[in-house]
Amino acid sequence: MLPTPSTSHVAFERVYEPAEDSYLLLDTLSSEAEKAFLQRRFSSTLTGVLSPLVVEIGTGSGVVLSFVDAHAETIFGREDVLTAGIDVNRFACEATVQTVKVAEQEQVVQGKTSGIYLGNVVGDLAGPLRSSTVDVLIFNPPYVPTPDLPELPALSNTAANSSFEDDSHLLALSYAGGADGMETTNRLLDSLPGILNSDRGCAYILLCAQNKPEDVKQRIRSWGRKWGVETVRSSGMKAGWEKLQIIRIFRT
Amino acid sequence: MKLLTLNFLTCAVKSCKSTSASFPLHPKDCELVSDTLKSDPKLLFNILPRLDWSALSTTASELGFPGLPPSAPTKEELEANEKLFHDLHTLLLETHISEGSLVCANCGHSYKIKEGIANFLLPNHLV
Ligand SMILES: C[S@@+](CC[C@H](N)C(=O)[O-])C[C@H]1O[C@@H](n2cnc3c(N)ncnc32)[C@H](O)[C@@H]1O
Ligand SMILES: [Zn+2]
Repeated sequence: MLPTPSTSHVAFERVYEPAEDSYLLLDTLSSEAEKAFLQRRFSSTLTGVLSPLVVEIGTGSGVVLSFVDAHAETIFGREDVLTAGIDVNRFACEATVQTVKVAEQEQVVQGKTSGIYLGNVVGDLAGPLRSSTVDVLIFNPPYVPTPDLPELPALSNTAANSSFEDDSHLLALSYAGGADGMETTNRLLDSLPGILNSDRGCAYILLCAQNKPEDVKQRIRSWGRKWGVETVRSSGMKAGWEKLQIIRIFRT
Repeated sequence: MKLLTLNFLTCAVKSCKSTSASFPLHPKDCELVSDTLKSDPKLLFNILPRLDWSALSTTASELGFPGLPPSAPTKEELEANEKLFHDLHTLLLETHISEGSLVCANCGHSYKIKEGIANFLLPNHLV
């Protein structure tokens, strides 16, 4: 097991605290099967496979992105991996910057390498990204079914002063997924063909049972022969259902 | 954020995406900071070919860096030119933008950068 990055500096009143879903992503990305998949796809000995760009949407505390960045060489078999994060919550972006810094320093102390962290930006899903640039996208979305979807913070409300109400709104944004818990994930799925690299791109997305994962996968299959989708990890059997699962969507 | 990030970002306004004017975004009144990283030729060799070189040249000159060669140097050129290697290492891997804004040449919207984090949330009239 690779060590989990420390997030003890993060203010969990307004940033999502790492939970079962976060750890399922860490387990997935460091599993032998996914390491093998990623190393085949992004091997530095293949001519023409340049430094991969990994983007996490919704970085929260940064536990997942810092893990991938710090352990890039173990996961990808190469250290020249570029990493970047986007979150709609400015405090989550600040937390991620700090979490990555701590994790990279820990690597240095141990005489080990890490990836190249570009930074975090505040934004709505893949909105700020240039088309076809992302090699690996990671998303642990707000997936809980809720009657309404919390509004995205308005530009003017992102100033530093924060009230209790703002904090609870930011936390709601981290879990509330609207109808079937899929409203935000569906928007991200729609943007995937535009932002993933058209030869090598792939995406790891977490779903819960109420998201109707089989329907989601069916929809991705309908994108055509150039796309594949697989459940690569699951956890928490509940009444015969896996509570959480990670799907990998990939260019074939 | 590292200056290199600008090579992967574009205006978040939907109608700007299809225009070439929305990339790269133009840094305005930016404060730069730099840290020191050990320079590793292997890293640069694998990163350079994946960049949009003309966008990088625009960004570099707008931030006041010395002019870049007209096209991305090859591995052999970099190995032979220590100064160029050093300049690119500094530019791409060590330089961060800490404050300022990024402006879209198509719609004119300006994205603020504070403490190294740019804000791409849009005001309601642009969503
Ligand atoms: C379930 S949390 C996951 C946090 C972290 N990645 C983890 O695994 O612990 C979801 C994250 O997505 C962010 N988020 C929600 N809606 C978003 C949107 N439209 N664009 C970008 N990020 C969003 C939330 O602020 C929150 O940090
Ligand atoms: Zn624009």
